[in-house]
Amino acid sequence: MTKITYREAVRAGLREALQRDLRVFLMGEDVGQYGGTYACSKGLLEEFGPERIRDTPLSESTFVGAGIGAALGGMRPIVEVMTVNFSLLALDQILNNAATLRHMSGGQFNVPLVVRMATGAGRQVAAQHSHSLEGWYAHIPGITVLTPATVTDARGMLLAALQEPDPVFIFEHAYLYSMEGELEENRPVVDISRAAVRRPGKDVSLITFGGSLWKALAAATQLAQEGIEAEVLDLRVLRPLDIGTILTSVRKTHRAVVIDEAWRTGSFAAEVAAQIMEGAFYDLDAPVARVCSEEVPIPYPKHLEEAALPQPDKIVKAVRTLLG
Amino acid sequence: MSAVRNREHGLELLRHMLRIRRFEERAAELYQLGKIHGFLHLYIGEEAVAAGSIPSFTNEDAIVATYREHGHALVRGTSMNQLMAELYGKAAGCARGRGGSMHFFDASRRFYGGLAIVAGGLPVAVGLALADKMHGRKRVTGCYFGDGAVAEGEFHESLNLAALWKLPVLFLCENNLYAMGTALARHQSQPDIAAKAKAYAMGADTVDGMDVLAVETATGRAVELVRNGNGPYFLEYRTYRFRAHSMYDAELYRTKDEVNEWKRRDPIATFEQTLRQARLLRDEDFQQIEAAIATEIEEAVAFAEAAPWEPIEDLNKDVCTDVRRTT
Repeated sequence: MTKITYREAVRAGLREALQRDLRVFLMGEDVGQYGGTYACSKGLLEEFGPERIRDTPLSESTFVGAGIGAALGGMRPIVEVMTVNFSLLALDQILNNAATLRHMSGGQFNVPLVVRMATGAGRQVAAQHSHSLEGWYAHIPGITVLTPATVTDARGMLLAALQEPDPVFIFEHAYLYSMEGELEENRPVVDISRAAVRRPGKDVSLITFGGSLWKALAAATQLAQEGIEAEVLDLRVLRPLDIGTILTSVRKTHRAVVIDEAWRTGSFAAEVAAQIMEGAFYDLDAPVARVCSEEVPIPYPKHLEEAALPQPDKIVKAVRTLLG
Repeated sequence: MSAVRNREHGLELLRHMLRIRRFEERAAELYQLGKIHGFLHLYIGEEAVAAGSIPSFTNEDAIVATYREHGHALVRGTSMNQLMAELYGKAAGCARGRGGSMHFFDASRRFYGGLAIVAGGLPVAVGLALADKMHGRKRVTGCYFGDGAVAEGEFHESLNLAALWKLPVLFLCENNLYAMGTALARHQSQPDIAAKAKAYAMGADTVDGMDVLAVETATGRAVELVRNGNGPYFLEYRTYRFRAHSMYDAELYRTKDEVNEWKRRDPIATFEQTLRQARLLRDEDFQQIEAAIATEIEEAVAFAEAAPWEPIEDLNKDVCTDVRRTT
């Protein structure tokens, strides 16, 4: 085991990907000379050169679209969109081209593109830089949506994504970049089809992903002191969703709380709740609960931002309500 | 000055243009008969552009086009049977019937659409060119779009990136003067489109898009400039759409006089005259070409009529590649 940060894990994944396959290159805003906004690509320009570590102009739509074209042309591009907030400028390329080309062309063209971006709130950067929109992306057929929450996944999901023939979107929670974790020495191949049980329990299932995983685990620790054994599920992959692992857990615990940093209405948590209802309604002892963000633009002051986001105490409270 | 090289050359260009026109005239009839549905954007009037430019590209080059791409696909060489079947939505179509008129694809001819969001093809073309450059291949990507696209951010972003990275992409603007119903001068502060391209530090020419020979000469030269590693190049073809924007257009935005004025410059009629004056076209040549096209169209219609629909069981096929992930 090596102790490294999430940021270093992403960088390790990038380095390995660039070393393994000459078709792989990285492009995005400030990925080269600056070293990446979150320093994920620091040192890569020096190691791999400007042909493979490409600083782009601030033109999200075009460099994502160029990633699509390069993938069609036989490359394996990794496109870094600095944050999910700016990915809105590339939505046309993502939805109308990347996700659609394979089906619309009758299977003639596939787009082996990997797009990485930071997501999430919690750093006091206010309403325009705090979005959690991975659930929107998970709405789109034709793409895979990954939400690495651990250092193992931060490194390994990128490598697994590069083996996919179709577009993969990786959402790295900005709050996690400085988090430290243990990376196995043997550098395991990471599966990107299954959810993971991060903490076993029998009384309630806490179902979450990305940055909220650590809040759910904190809540589970607190609940354990009260004698409540919460099982914590890390979805890892939002599309295609591993509903089997969710239902197995819910059938055991009979109660579920879904935690999602997106706004409650139309959130990915709503999708999970609906699928639990469809697949395990008669196993439930209580309605599925959700802990999501308040339906407000995320404000700057710390106390207001914290109040707007899911927090361990809100999760604990939701569990207590469920258990009566 | 562009000239016809010989009889064969002249007849080939004429044949390309006539094939597009007759195919589309038939498509419009089939639309009225309820055989073709959805959007149908006709290229009639603009045939000289596809006929004169597409042959400048080799089989190894890539083409990215728009929703008004029937002509480009026909000249590129996708069979009329496949194209007609695609208009019908049949499984034998060039996109298995899934795309229809706006989404012609042909991987075997490196024809990447049929991309129907205005300006959405430019970034993709830039990326195809980037892949070629990184692979060290001397291929060119030809990217067609209309005058409407120049208002979009992707136009400016793509020209900038292609010029910045010196990518082998040829931008081909088919300026038919209207972004659907909005005249160029009503949506552009600078209506000189080639001037915009020059602002991104690339070579740009304005070409008479009603003159197939002028199109051919300008495009042939531009393709070779791009192929030789000079970075991107830009051509603006000044052309005109004789028909409505699509099948649902009352054409309230332009006068009949204007349309008639442009029709006097019909690229097919004028080129036919050129050939006749040069004594390169005889009546029987013209009749032979027309007859061959009529037969080809009849066969394509029969093919499309008889072709099967894609089974509903295949609806979900190819949303994603059908492979299982490593675990």
